[in-house]
Amino acid sequence: MPTADNSQGERPNYLNKEYGVGSWLLTTDHKRIALLYLISITFFFFIGGFFALLIRLELLTPAGDLVQADTYNKLFTQHGQVMVFFFLIPSIPAVLGNFLVPMMVGAKDLAFPRVNLLSWYLYIIGGIMMLHCLLTGGVDTGWTFYTPFSTAFSNTKVIEAGLAIFVAGFSSILTGLNFIVTIHRMRAPGMTWSRLPLFIWAHYATSIIQILGTPVIAITLVLVLAERALHLGIFDPKLGGDPLLFQHLFWFYSHPAVYIMILPSMGVVTEIIACFSRKRIFGYSFVALSSIAIAVFGFLVWAHHMFVAGISVYAALVFSILSYAVAVPSAVKVFNWTATLYKGSIHYDAPMLYAFGFLGLFTMGGLTGLFLAALGVNVHVHDTYFVIAHFHYIMVGGAVMGYLGGMHFWWPKISGKLYPEGWARLAALIVFIGFNLTFFPQFILGYVGMPRRYYQYPPEYQVLNVLSTAGATILGVGYLLPMIYFLWSMRYGKPAPANPWNAAGLEWQTPSPPPTFNFDEEPVVTWEAYNYDELDAPRKEEVPVAR
Amino acid sequence: MFDNFPLWPQRASSMAGNVDALYIFLLIVSGMMTLLIFTALIYFAARYRHRRGVPAEQIEGSIPLELTWSIIPMCVFMAIFLWSAVVFFHLRTPPRDSTEVYVVAKQWMWKLEHAEGQREINELHVPVGRDVKLIMTSQDVIHSFFVPDFRMKQDVVPGRYTVAWFRATKPGTYHLFCTQYCGTQHSSMIGYIIVMEPAQYEAWMSGGSTGPLSATGEKIFAELGCSTCHRSDGQGRGPNLQGVFGRPVALEDGRTVTADENYLRECILDPGAKRVKGFQPIMPTFQGLVSEEQLNALVAYVKSLSQPGQSGATGTPAVAVPKASARPVTKGSQVQ
Repeated sequence: MPTADNSQGERPNYLNKEYGVGSWLLTTDHKRIALLYLISITFFFFIGGFFALLIRLELLTPAGDLVQADTYNKLFTQHGQVMVFFFLIPSIPAVLGNFLVPMMVGAKDLAFPRVNLLSWYLYIIGGIMMLHCLLTGGVDTGWTFYTPFSTAFSNTKVIEAGLAIFVAGFSSILTGLNFIVTIHRMRAPGMTWSRLPLFIWAHYATSIIQILGTPVIAITLVLVLAERALHLGIFDPKLGGDPLLFQHLFWFYSHPAVYIMILPSMGVVTEIIACFSRKRIFGYSFVALSSIAIAVFGFLVWAHHMFVAGISVYAALVFSILSYAVAVPSAVKVFNWTATLYKGSIHYDAPMLYAFGFLGLFTMGGLTGLFLAALGVNVHVHDTYFVIAHFHYIMVGGAVMGYLGGMHFWWPKISGKLYPEGWARLAALIVFIGFNLTFFPQFILGYVGMPRRYYQYPPEYQVLNVLSTAGATILGVGYLLPMIYFLWSMRYGKPAPANPWNAAGLEWQTPSPPPTFNFDEEPVVTWEAYNYDELDAPRKEEVPVAR
Repeated sequence: MFDNFPLWPQRASSMAGNVDALYIFLLIVSGMMTLLIFTALIYFAARYRHRRGVPAEQIEGSIPLELTWSIIPMCVFMAIFLWSAVVFFHLRTPPRDSTEVYVVAKQWMWKLEHAEGQREINELHVPVGRDVKLIMTSQDVIHSFFVPDFRMKQDVVPGRYTVAWFRATKPGTYHLFCTQYCGTQHSSMIGYIIVMEPAQYEAWMSGGSTGPLSATGEKIFAELGCSTCHRSDGQGRGPNLQGVFGRPVALEDGRTVTADENYLRECILDPGAKRVKGFQPIMPTFQGLVSEEQLNALVAYVKSLSQPGQSGATGTPAVAVPKASARPVTKGSQVQ
């Protein structure tokens, strides 16, 4: 933690207001809770990353030689579960959203500060249950828990893993609830809906999904556990159940869950692009409404994960056409971001490099989604490495790039310190190169025919796997670097001014780090979002921009 | 040199070319979109990089432009959708008069049985140029039957039949993968499809058969006592099964269903679920009494009763249905 000593006259802020473990574990300050989340999700990110490393090492050779087959199955299962439920879903909303939503709307805190703290405790309880599950044997069902394998055949810790995710799900619901109420009820005077930063619109859309979708996965997991423990016939055909019912219920949440991961990232990237091209976002209302459209349409496409599962041809047609419909608002966003650069004044600071990385990777992830939504091609590439590559381009290329971009953009505000810019640009480059080297070969591998979740594979697939493993190593370095220099900057970084980027948005109008109640006096908003023309208007003194 | 670095799977089935054509079209479309977006990004990023004293020019947006880049992609997407739907329909509709192979998947092997009676494990011999219909089920968890070189995949689900088909076009040996994660040895649940010239195939077929699958089914049908109620003279306590397969069946609850493989299977395992109109609920369940292989044989036998040349197949259907709707239905064309 940054050490600040009031005796030396440092301004009181949320970090130095109180000290001691209790002041953190019992805090109701949304900014401190955001930091609690930051530490916890970083921990789980590196656990999930470690599993990924072992998976890639195993796949270096065609034969299964590094770990046992059962161990491998647990590795990919828990890589998925940890990354999806304990890193990606909470990542931007629970860290950056928690920190920024109240500040961006001009509020002192979220609507329900104690519920916010409760959500972190639920996350931690779920996380400890997941760790306990990992350490006492793990689970091997795949993160998808497909029945009847999970309910009748797996002899691993399915119940523990299911309960862990069940508990963590409530933290997600509570965060979403808090955001919706805050955005409706706690906007500062003058902060109309059309003046909200697009980051807020993205989080509003995300919250809708969290509240409507998460209960479905909770119920589904309870049904799985009930069938496994009590042999109720729900999904197992031997007991009179229907295995496809599980898939419908699972993907009813888990497809929208992808938008829980990517929408906040889109929000982050929107803020970064506006700031570093010094421009109002092109087509503000289209970008805002496309977030809502994605949230709504996102609930209507789940069965595109099931085209070869045994659903009827006509159902497949409906879900295919709806999947193309949801691609339109995503495409609209990409075009609007690109158009925002037009006639801008573009700076290449680290956050912008991450935003460019996001644009490239998300575009490729989105376009390969068109392949998967195409029924005739889906039959061939479903459950191959093509799918793995596609969703990593979205969930890692898109969501994690956005997350890292946001962490760099708001780090001066969060920590009150500046990070080393050179290292940050280098890390962005390493992540981008490493990511593409890891996942691009997997598109080819998938079309050639290598199925996913294979512990050993025919030798003709080796070269592409070696490329992928090499890329993963580079990617790992790229992810370690920011953690190192962020930690370094907390102690050695230069103090950050209130607005190092000369950015628009209420969060930049309060000191870095902000005081406990965010603003010394309640802000009154009289300007539109992204008023960069006013910020950049010639003034008497040059505003220093940290480079 | 490309032995260890394939960029493309072989094209060894009648569908492979169609799927590849669509895939190449998608590559071109997405390549053009990528090029467009990346060119714009890179050009703007370079052209409008920050220069001291040159402020950004504020632009609110443009509704005509927004509509353009919503509607054009939507039209492109719909074109892709339509083309892919046609390919998909073709992939999922087995031609009539296909050769039938029954597939039973289990952890961790493929058991295949030809309608002619040959049984194989993890290998399937087929002749080149013939339509082969796979009628598949699983004994335990969900598996998936995937032959990359045929561009064909279908999940194999316990408790029901799923159907797939292919027509091999090139003799050779091709990978058969399980692509639905099924436990410890998932990645070892692989086999081969061996495509042979017709003459070779006939030679292979002539050895080692125990007689056609339907004959095995007929034996089981008699052993289990099915024939005491399901009599071919229409006087039994159960429906006459002559000519039933592929026809609509009127049910007691007023619905009409088509007697496909899944319906026959369900009637054996859960006779009360879709009871034929006019019959009493007296049939016991055979759940747990017949194996998946025996079930396949029974289904094959009942199907054989509807083929031309079989006894009774030319007679009127035993099931009372309005004449207008009593038309033959393409067999098992859609999988439930």
